[in-house]
Amino acid sequence: MKKGGALRFYTIGYLIFLYAPILVLPLFAFNDSMVIAFPLQGFTTEWFAQMWADTTLHKAVKNSLTIAVSSAVLATCLGIFAARASTRYKFPGKAGVLGLIMLPLVLPEMIISMALLVVLLAMGVKLSIFTIIIGHVLICTPYAVAILSSAFQSLDRSLEEAAYDLGETPASTFRLIILPLVMPGIISSLLISFTISLDEFIIAYFLGGNETVLSVYIFGQFRFPKNVPSILALGTVLVLLSVILLTIAEYFRRRGIAKTGGKDTGGFL
Amino acid sequence: MNDRPTMIEFQDVHKYYGDYHALRGINATIRAGEFFSLLGPSGCGKTTLLRTIAGFEDISSGAVLIDSKNMQGVAANQRPTNMVFQSYAIFPHLTVAQNVGFGLRRDPRSDADKARAVEEALEMVGLKGYGKRAAHALSGGQRQRVALARALILKPKVLLLDEPLSALDKKMREQMQVELIKLQRQVGITFILVTHDQEEALVMSDRIAVMFEGQIAQLADPETLYRRPASRQVADFIGTMNFLPAKVTAEDSAHLEVEAAGFGAMTLRADQVMAGSGGAAGSVVGFRPETLTILYEGQSALDREAMGTIEEVVYFGDMTYYDVRLDGTDHPVRLSMRNVFGRPVLDLGTRARVGWSPGALVMFR
Repeated sequence: MKKGGALRFYTIGYLIFLYAPILVLPLFAFNDSMVIAFPLQGFTTEWFAQMWADTTLHKAVKNSLTIAVSSAVLATCLGIFAARASTRYKFPGKAGVLGLIMLPLVLPEMIISMALLVVLLAMGVKLSIFTIIIGHVLICTPYAVAILSSAFQSLDRSLEEAAYDLGETPASTFRLIILPLVMPGIISSLLISFTISLDEFIIAYFLGGNETVLSVYIFGQFRFPKNVPSILALGTVLVLLSVILLTIAEYFRRRGIAKTGGKDTGGFL
Repeated sequence: MNDRPTMIEFQDVHKYYGDYHALRGINATIRAGEFFSLLGPSGCGKTTLLRTIAGFEDISSGAVLIDSKNMQGVAANQRPTNMVFQSYAIFPHLTVAQNVGFGLRRDPRSDADKARAVEEALEMVGLKGYGKRAAHALSGGQRQRVALARALILKPKVLLLDEPLSALDKKMREQMQVELIKLQRQVGITFILVTHDQEEALVMSDRIAVMFEGQIAQLADPETLYRRPASRQVADFIGTMNFLPAKVTAEDSAHLEVEAAGFGAMTLRADQVMAGSGGAAGSVVGFRPETLTILYEGQSALDREAMGTIEEVVYFGDMTYYDVRLDGTDHPVRLSMRNVFGRPVLDLGTRARVGWSPGALVMFR
C-alpha cells in the first residue's frame, strides 16, 4: 500500500458517508414506488406532481420564506451595528456585551425556545410567524456578528477618515465607502442567516403556534408512509435550490472581493 | 521666507488620552507656502499634532488656528486642509478617476468641468491617462500619486502628509521626495509632513520641528538643526554626532575656555554653547563625523591636530567611516572620509593624525 493509503481510504469513506444520503434523495424521488428500498422500480415524476398539488406545503413554504428572509435581514442589520461597534468604538463593558450577543451560539436551542415560549405566553403574545422570527433573529445574530466583524475588521480606518477629510458626512461616508466594501460580508451574513432560519426546527416548532413552516411540516409528513416519496421530491428541489443559491452568492462575494482587490479571507465555499 | 504670513498657529496645545499626556504645550507657527516637517521618534506626538490640524483629534486645551481662524468645533470635513494618509487610503472599489474626483462630489461645477479637473490633477502627479484603471491594481508609488491628486484637487490651504513615503522602497522614496518638493513649489500650498526619517526631513523641509515626548525640542531650518542642535537629544536624533566629555575652565559674555577630552584646551564662541542641554551625562562637546579629517602623509591641519588609533573601518564605496579613539579618551569617535582618488583606505589599528577645528564644535552644558 502506498504511503497515506489508509488516510486516503478514510477520506473517501468520510465523503461517501457525508454525501451519499443526499444523492439517494433524488434517486427515490424519481422512483416509481411508495416503498423506499432497492431495487428501483422505474422512472416517475408523480411525486413531484403530488408535492406541487399539496396546498399545506404551499403555505409552509410561504411561511418559511417569509421567516427566513425577515430573520436574515434583521439579523444582518443588527450584526452590522454590533460589528461596527465592536471594531470601531471603545465603551465600558464591551467584552461582556459582545459575549452576551454571541452566547446563543453555544446555548442549547431547546433552552432558548422554552424560555422564549414561557415569556411570550406570559406577556400574552399570540404565537405566530412573528414569534418565530424573533427566535430566529436571536440565534442568527451571533453568526451575522461573527461574519461581519471580520469584514469590518479588515476595513482600513483611514478610508473613512479620507472620505470625511474630502468633505463627506459620516452618513455619506458609510454609504459611499463602508457599505460597498463590507458588501461581501453582508451577502455572506444574509445567506448564512437565511439558511439557518430555513432549516431550524426547534424554535419553529415551539413558537409557531398554528403556523406550519417547512421543517416542521416535513417532520410531520414522515409519519405517513404514503407521503414520504413526495417529501423526497421536496428534498430534491430544496437541494437544487440550495446549490443554485450558494453558487449565486459565492459568485457575488468573489466578484466583490476581486473588484476591491482584497484578499479572499474565505467565505463558506 | 520670514515675511510670509502665518498659516497655522498652535497656542499651548495639550492633548490627553485618559491619563496619557500626548501633547504637552505645543506653541509653534507654520507659515503660508512653507514645507514644514514634524520629525520625531514614534510615539512623540507628531502624528497626533498633525491630526489636530486635520480635525481628527480634539485637543484638550489650547488652540489651533488655521489662517487666523480658531478651529475649535470645526469638523474635519469643514476644514481647509486635506490629508495624504500613511496607508494612502485609496478607495479600493473605485477607479483612479473616481478616487481623485471623490472630493468634488459636492462641487457645483458641471460633470465635464469636474472630469477636466480630475484629468489635470492626474497630469500634475504624472498619472495622465490612468483615470479608468482600478485603484486597487496600482503600485505603491502610483497609489501615493493618486492620494496626492485626490487631496490637491480641492485646492486646500494646507496639505497634511502622514508619513507618506514610509511604505515605499528606498529608490522610489528618494524619487518621490524630489517630486514632492517640486510639486509643493509648483502649487505653493503649505505642506506639513510627518516623518520619523531625519534624512527625509532634512532633504524636503523649509523648517523642521523636532518633537520628543509631546513637546517641540527644536524648531529650525535644516541647516541650523544639523549644525546647531539645541540639545544632545536633538543632536543624537539628527544624523550622527560624536560626544566627548568637556568642562568650562573660564568664561566671559562672548567666549568660553573649554577643556575637552582628546582635544585639549580651546576657545568657543558663546553661540556654540547650548546651555542646560547636557543632560545627566554632564557637559560634552559634540561634532559631526565630516568635521574631522584624517591627515595623510605630508598633509597638515588647517587648524588643530590630535592623535588617535583607528579601531573600526566601515567602507561605503564613496565614503569610508572610521572609528578613531583619540589619545586620552576612552571611547572612539566616528569620522567620515570621502574616498577620493589616490587616498587609500586605512587599515585597522593604524595610528592617525586627525585634523579638527574648534569652530565646528558645539557644546552642551
